[in-house]
Amino acid sequence: MSRLSAAFAKGHAALVCFVTGGDPTPEATPAILDALVEGGADVIELGMPFTDPMADGPAIQNANLRALAAGTKTAHILAIAKAFRARHPDVPLVLMGYANPMITRGAEWFADACADAGVDGVICVDIPSEEDPELGPALRARGISPIRLATPTTDAARLPAVLDGSGGFLYYVSVAGITGKQSAALASIQEAVARIKQTATIPVAVGFGVRTPEQAGGIAAVADGVVVGSALVDLVAQHGADAPGPVRELTSALSAAVHAARKEIA
Amino acid sequence: MTAQNPNSFRNQPDDRGHFGQFGGRYVAETLMPLILDLETEYRKAKADAGFQAEFDDLLEHYVGRPSPLYFAPRLTEELRGAQVWFKRDELNHTGAHKINNCIGQILLAMRMGKTRIIAETGAGQHGVATATVCARFGLPCVVYMGATDVARQAPNVFRMKLLGAEVVPVTAGAGTLKDAMNEALRDWVANVHDTFYIIGTAAGPHPYPELVRDFQSVIGREARAQMLSRTGRLPDVLVAAIGGGSNAIGLFHPFLDDPSVKMLGVEAAGHGLDKEHAASLAGGRPGVLHGNKTYLLQDEDGQITEGHSISAGLDYPGIGPEHAWLRDIGRVEYTSVTDTQALDGFQLLCRTEGIIPALEPSHAIAAVTKLAPTMDKDQIILANLCGRGDKDIFSVAEHLGVKL
Repeated sequence: MSRLSAAFAKGHAALVCFVTGGDPTPEATPAILDALVEGGADVIELGMPFTDPMADGPAIQNANLRALAAGTKTAHILAIAKAFRARHPDVPLVLMGYANPMITRGAEWFADACADAGVDGVICVDIPSEEDPELGPALRARGISPIRLATPTTDAARLPAVLDGSGGFLYYVSVAGITGKQSAALASIQEAVARIKQTATIPVAVGFGVRTPEQAGGIAAVADGVVVGSALVDLVAQHGADAPGPVRELTSALSAAVHAARKEIA
Repeated sequence: MTAQNPNSFRNQPDDRGHFGQFGGRYVAETLMPLILDLETEYRKAKADAGFQAEFDDLLEHYVGRPSPLYFAPRLTEELRGAQVWFKRDELNHTGAHKINNCIGQILLAMRMGKTRIIAETGAGQHGVATATVCARFGLPCVVYMGATDVARQAPNVFRMKLLGAEVVPVTAGAGTLKDAMNEALRDWVANVHDTFYIIGTAAGPHPYPELVRDFQSVIGREARAQMLSRTGRLPDVLVAAIGGGSNAIGLFHPFLDDPSVKMLGVEAAGHGLDKEHAASLAGGRPGVLHGNKTYLLQDEDGQITEGHSISAGLDYPGIGPEHAWLRDIGRVEYTSVTDTQALDGFQLLCRTEGIIPALEPSHAIAAVTKLAPTMDKDQIILANLCGRGDKDIFSVAEHLGVKL
């Protein structure tokens, strides 16, 4: 069983935690990732900073800019991932970011680098299924899951195309909008996840606007996983290199809520 | 029609919105269904004689088309070479070619039942054109504009406000056009249900590059017919300035299958190609930004670098994907012109022809001054005068060291 599959087969919903790589500095990121693992995160999403994060709200935009201002390069992100894999052989690690930094040296180069670093999956915000040839084949050839997003605008007719060629889990973006803003009502999330699971054979994790253990626990009762990003990134913004403590604390509270929520959807 | 001709340069993009390796639909999933809807709706509109008739009627009676084709006698004399002709799109309502596209897109928006319009703007010309059509059709309008551009294009900001638009200054990044576009995309993704994004140039996700080109192709269609009727022949060279490239593709596209017609696109070389500039073709390489694959100014990690040009309408770090394709296949030649050369071109046209051009076409004029003397007197250069300079007189004065 792959690390990602295992993370969703623990008998409880998975907590997926996002932070931006290189924020506040490339040197500070490993300890923040360790804090996520210690707090009970089941999947780690490591953001690759980009100058133009079009799908992100102010919190993650600023994290991207802080990381770049600190001199973060793609080489740092890959080194952070590789070192993480050495420290945590069993915790799945996913890279998340935008197309241009991923494909700029060619998809084959990037997929090789991901494989070498022990990366399990890649979420590329601006490569929808229509542009899959850009990166998907190179990732799949190396056993790395292209993780796609589905949104409230992804209707039933379109869903099979989104799932085709995707792997790991489906990231359901619960609101039409950017990261870190409003959150969706639990009832609408439950309805959407149920609808998606009629078609999807991979786990469905729900994110965007999830900030508190209460919200996370509510979603964990109706989905296979819960993604938390901006709330953690806010802590990094606030505490900088001292973020691991507060990050561990929030992650512990989130994971307690997520792991205790009863799964009502098989 | 040339659409069925496999050797035509005019049958791009393909079904997936690609111009060769360029173009495409690199957008977040939230936008994908809307982009697909837009494509379907555009295909229907294109085939609908009623839509075309409404577009043509507005262009004639509201925009003031056809724009004149003008022979520039004193500039021609000054340059001692080819005859210089201008397509006078600066005489359009709102003072630039941008309005052609805005008319087309707002008709599409209303066809799709959208009730709110957003746009990005750099120099403010597209923002003004969008605010104008929104006022004309009574739709609310939000224009995202980089904070730096808000400061250096104050007259256009005031125009937009007079027209009833809300102008939102964007402080992210360098506060210029690409940052405004990011913010417009963020708005759109959160408001897809009722909002139509009027993109100002022939770039962005498919079908925007195609539909903006089609709406702007009125420039080239008119120019081709006018030139044939006035001189009985086609021009030898077309020249147009390029930021995103909508005025250039609008002029070039109807001529692409005329093998005798050469074409020259003029990018902004800013302080020089070895310094800060906005010449994506000359100084960039292929990448993905704002929904399409094209030439981009970027570093080795694929981080986007800021463009610079004296012209706020040209300082975008990318270029429309059809230009990227036309350059790679060699159908169109591309060159670049510095801020200083553009300022010289600006002043030359003022003096010789009594026309104050915008800084964008001043780049085309500067290229014409280099090209014309190398050509014979019986040859014809047709340049696109895509905007007038009223908006630029303050920044030109500053660059020339004149206090107003």
